[in-house]
Amino acid sequence: MNEKKEIAIQLSGVKKMYKLGQIGGGTLQGDLQSWWAKKRGKEDPNCKIGQENRLEGQTFMALNGINLTVYKGEALGIIGVNGAGKSTMLKLLSRVTAPTEGTIDIYGRIASMLEVGTGFNKEMTGRENVYMNGTILGMTKSEIDAKMEDIIDFSEVRDFIDTPVKRYSSGMYVKLAFSVAAHLNSEIMIMDEVLAVGDMAFQRKCLSKMREAANKEGRTVLYVSHNMNTIRQLCNRCIVMDKGKIVFDGDVDRAISIYLGDVSERKMHNEFIIREHDPWITTDIKITSLDSLNNNNLIRFGGKFRFRLTYICNKEIENFAFRICVLKLDRTAVATAYSDEYSCKNGETYTKTFVLDVSQVAPGDYQLQIIAFQADHLGKQIRHDYISSAVSFSIFAENQLFNMNWNSSAWGDHVLPNLVEEITNGQEDKQ
Amino acid sequence: MKNMANDYKYHTHINSEKKWFELNLKEVWKYRDLIVLFTKRNFTVTYKQTVLGPLWLFINPFITSIMYTLIFGNIAKIDTDGIPHFLFYLVSNAMWVFFANNINNNAYTFIWNASMFGKVYFPRLTVPVSNVLSGMIRFFIQMIMVGGFLAYYVCVGTVSPNWMAWLLIPAVLIHLGVFGMAIGIIVSSLTTKYRDLSFLVAYGVQLWMYGTPIVYPLSQIGDGILKKIVLINPVTMPVEVFRYAVLGKGNIILEYLVLSWIITIISILFGIMLFNRVEKTFMDTV
Repeated sequence: MNEKKEIAIQLSGVKKMYKLGQIGGGTLQGDLQSWWAKKRGKEDPNCKIGQENRLEGQTFMALNGINLTVYKGEALGIIGVNGAGKSTMLKLLSRVTAPTEGTIDIYGRIASMLEVGTGFNKEMTGRENVYMNGTILGMTKSEIDAKMEDIIDFSEVRDFIDTPVKRYSSGMYVKLAFSVAAHLNSEIMIMDEVLAVGDMAFQRKCLSKMREAANKEGRTVLYVSHNMNTIRQLCNRCIVMDKGKIVFDGDVDRAISIYLGDVSERKMHNEFIIREHDPWITTDIKITSLDSLNNNNLIRFGGKFRFRLTYICNKEIENFAFRICVLKLDRTAVATAYSDEYSCKNGETYTKTFVLDVSQVAPGDYQLQIIAFQADHLGKQIRHDYISSAVSFSIFAENQLFNMNWNSSAWGDHVLPNLVEEITNGQEDKQ
Repeated sequence: MKNMANDYKYHTHINSEKKWFELNLKEVWKYRDLIVLFTKRNFTVTYKQTVLGPLWLFINPFITSIMYTLIFGNIAKIDTDGIPHFLFYLVSNAMWVFFANNINNNAYTFIWNASMFGKVYFPRLTVPVSNVLSGMIRFFIQMIMVGGFLAYYVCVGTVSPNWMAWLLIPAVLIHLGVFGMAIGIIVSSLTTKYRDLSFLVAYGVQLWMYGTPIVYPLSQIGDGILKKIVLINPVTMPVEVFRYAVLGKGNIILEYLVLSWIITIISILFGIMLFNRVEKTFMDTV
C-alpha cells in the first residue's frame, strides 16, 4: 500500500459558510438590545427597516462541498477567479479557521505560506526573526539551528542578518521570509501567490526550489496563483475552482484553458449578440460569432491562431477591413494585424476563415480584439463593429528557449527571430 | 487506507465538530520553543530603542510605591501592621502588577495578533502562556529591588520575614499567574465577539485592586460584609501568603486559600476550553 500513491491530504464534503453583513452585532449592547426586544415581542432596534431578522438567512457558502485527494509528491495548482474559494480552502488546510461541515485529513506537517513573513517583528534582527518565523511554522529551535546557514545563503541577505528587519528593503524582507518557509522540514507546502514578490532572479530561484521540493524530496506542494506560467512550470496536476466547487481536476494545460475560458466567459465558440452602446460604431457590419479552430485554444509557440469569423452586413460597404489586436489579459496591447480589404452586400451573412500568425508572440495568455473598419478619403477611420474580447487563448512553449521561461516583464511580449550570423569569409571580401 | 492514518507520524484530522472538553495541552508543549521565543520577543521589543531600557522595570514600581506611601500612608494614614509603608507598598504593588498584567496583556490576545493568527496555525495558547512567563520574569527582576530595600529593613530590625514560608512563593506566583491568565483568556475569547468588553477590562482591573488588600492589609477592614467580599476574592489569599513570607505579617486563612485554588482551577479549565473553541473560527468574526 505504501509503494505508490500515499495520500497527503484528503478533504471530504468540506463546506465553509460565512455570514454576510455585520457579524455578531459587534457590541454586547447591540446583542442585548436585540435579545430584549425579541423577548418583549417588539421590533429589533438593530434591524434595518423592512428587514425581518438580522443576519438570519444571509449566508454565503465560500466552499460548497469539496472532495479532493492529494497524493504525496504531487504539485497541485489551484486556479480560479477571485472569490472562487481558493484562499478559503488554503485557510482550512492551514487550520486558520475550521470548516462548517466535512472532514479534512492531513498526513504530514504543513508549512503554509499564505503570506510571507508571518510573525516577523520589525524591531528584531533578521536572525531573531528566522527563529521566530521558523518556530511559528512548526520547527524546533535545534532544527532551525541546523538549517540556519542554508536559510541565510538562500536569502542573499547575509550582510544584514543581524540588523533589525525594519531597516530592510521590502525585497530583502520577502527573500528572508521565503527562505525560512522553503527550508522547513515539512511534508506539505502551501503557497498562495508568494512568488508575486521579489525580483525575477529570486522568483526563478524560488520556483526551482519548490520544484525540487516536489520532485526530489517528495514533498507535496499546493500552489495558488493567477500566473498561469508559474502554474505550468511547477505543477503536475491542477484544479479549477468556481463558486466554492471544484469544476475541473486533472491535466494542467486543460485546467488552464478551462480557467481562461472562464476569465473571458467565452469558449471555442464565441457569439456576440449584445454589445455596449458606442456612438463611434455604425454597426453597419455586425460580427456575430468567432469559432476558434485550435485545440482548446492552446497554441504552440511559433504557431498560428486559426479562427472562423461570421458577420452580417447591414449596408453595402466597399473596402472595409478587419483589425485584430492581440491583448494580454490585463488588456495591454501586444501586437496588431490587418486583414485584406473586403466588400459586402446589404443583408448578407459572410463566414471567413482567417489565420493569425502569432509566431512572434511570447508564451502567455492572450485575448483577441476585433474591429471592422473603413478608412474614409481623409484617412479617418469609420468603425463598423468592435468586439473588445472576442476569444481567449494561450501560447505555450513546448521546448523552452534555452530552458528558460519567457520573462515578459523584462523581455517584452515579442520574440524576434533568432539572430543570424552574417558570414564574412575571405571569399566574400574578394568579391 | 485506515491503517495508514494510524501509522503516520504526523496526522491531523480536522472536522467541524466543536468539542467542549478539549485542552490540547500536548500540542502547546510541542511548541515550547515558540513560547520561549515569544517570551524573549516581549522583552526585546519592549525595550528596543529606549534609553533606560529594562531600568523602567525599577522606575515604575519605585515611583508608584512612593505615591502610595504619600497618599495612603501619610495622608490617609492606613496602618500597615507596623511594616514600613514604603516596603509594604513596594511588595504589594509588585504582586498586584504581576497579576493585573496577566489579565491586561492577555485580554487582547486575539485582536492584537489577528494578522498573525489569520495566516498560520500554531497553538494560540502559546501567546498567553508566554505573556505570563514574561510577567514572571519581570516580577523577579523587580524583586531584586525589593530585596535591596528588604535587606536594609531587616538589618535595621523593623521587618522579620518568615524565611521558611519563602518556599511558598513559587506556588503563589503560579497561583496568580494561572488565575490571571484564566481571566485574561476568558476576556480575550469574549472580546472577539463583544469588543466593548475591552473597555471594561482596564477599568475592572483597577476596581479589582481596591477589592484586594493591596493598599491596605487585610487586618484593617473590620469584620463586616466587606471583609467577606475581600476574602472571597481569589487574589486576596495569595497576596497575604506572599506578604506573610516576605514581610512576616499576613493573615492566612486556609479555607479561603483552598477556595481560591478551586476557583483558579475551574477558571483555567473553563478558560482554556473557551479559548480553544474560539480559536478555531475567530478569524471569521474578528
